[in-house]
Amino acid sequence: MCLSVPSEVVALHDDEQAITVDTLGVRRKVSRHLLSDEIQIGDYVLIHIGFAMNKIDKEDALESLKLYREIAEKLEAESHAQSSYQ
Amino acid sequence: MPNQAINEPDSSLKLKSLYEGFRDAGTIRALADRISSAAINLSEPLYIMEVCGGHTHTIMKYGLLGLIPDNVKFIHGPGCPVCVMPKERIDQAIALAKMDDVILLTLGDMIRVPGSKGSLAQARASGADVRPLYDPLDALAIARDNPDKTVVFFAIGFETSTPMTAVLLQQAEHAALPNLLFHINHVLVPPAIDAVMAEPATKVNAFIGPAHVSVISGAKIYRRAAEVHHTPVVVSGFEPVDVMESILRLVELKNHAESVVEVQYSRAVTEEGNLTAQALVDEYFEVRDSFRWRGLGPIPQSALKLKDKYAHRDAEIHFGGRLPVAEIDDHKACQCGDILRGLANPMDCKVFGRGCTPQTPLGSCMVSSEGACNAYYRYHGVQHVD
Repeated sequence: MCLSVPSEVVALHDDEQAITVDTLGVRRKVSRHLLSDEIQIGDYVLIHIGFAMNKIDKEDALESLKLYREIAEKLEAESHAQSSYQ
Repeated sequence: MPNQAINEPDSSLKLKSLYEGFRDAGTIRALADRISSAAINLSEPLYIMEVCGGHTHTIMKYGLLGLIPDNVKFIHGPGCPVCVMPKERIDQAIALAKMDDVILLTLGDMIRVPGSKGSLAQARASGADVRPLYDPLDALAIARDNPDKTVVFFAIGFETSTPMTAVLLQQAEHAALPNLLFHINHVLVPPAIDAVMAEPATKVNAFIGPAHVSVISGAKIYRRAAEVHHTPVVVSGFEPVDVMESILRLVELKNHAESVVEVQYSRAVTEEGNLTAQALVDEYFEVRDSFRWRGLGPIPQSALKLKDKYAHRDAEIHFGGRLPVAEIDDHKACQCGDILRGLANPMDCKVFGRGCTPQTPLGSCMVSSEGACNAYYRYHGVQHVD
């Protein structure tokens, strides 16, 4: 029950304090009672048992992904260097 | 620079990258290499407790155990709300469900977990009105549509799920729905960490903290663990790359003898957490003197209950005297308590995979899909057991 799922905001329903989110193609309406941040279409949020818990910081996620790409590329370069010695 | 990253042609964030980027095999391999290099410098073995069953699941599902060096070990912790529910609380839920004119609502795997005489699912099969919910707010419509019934929400979960129960209670008050009551079983992570560390034989010397708890409560709830128990804590996301990066940070922190709290999952976790959610929890809940955890026994101030102001919503008060209170332990052969305390591994247990399986669980670690034994059963060499 515990895994919180990243989802994209695709519609706002301010009158019901709800938003519609898309989780890799699956759409559903969830509560936004716990969100204090302003939410816009295109934002990413974490969903847990029918509630949006928090916004996901896009810049932070991109920074992490960029860092991982660099780590993986460095590893690839090192393994190429090693195999050329053998 | 963050802005430059966004402007790069292939670096715009798509929902898919939030999944695939954090499951990338090359990145996992690269982080495993870094962990191995850093772990050479460890002065003693690192025993990392992953508090949450979600992390256990990730570690087993993606085979991360096979990627880390021998001097970095995992101890599976008590952080699964379904696993830690003592049998007497499930017996209470079953007693409620069997009462005339009661509809019992609950979440997740709770319906399958055995009490002392069967599960909520079995109670339902024999005629009790038990309904699993995927969204707690669905309870409002059920209460509205059944004004002649008493609807009881059997509320479970750690800090992550408590605010959702608070919103449901708030909405029930606003809508003046008198027939929606709550049986509260919300538990807290920091006292469970204290209970684990109070065990003299524990080997745990580092923690991976569950990100979703800290999305609500903030990273600050682990300060005590770092300061009092001198253990580094990394608040981690649930994707395999998140977990590997967190292991790497713990190894590095241990090498520098730094007992601090760090946030790996900074894309959604802050130091202070979700203040709106915390204010809601404070409005409706207060700390219980003690709560008995399945496998771990009573832990002081480790769970919440409704405030007196909301006693009219409290099923434990409303049905007081009609609910069973006898404390019931797990089967004697079950080593779940030792496993949750980090003193044993699922594979050490004599009944693992034999008398105790996900279909016929004897102990709490096997009952939920997030339990340590359940994860081992599904992903780790069970073919060698029988």
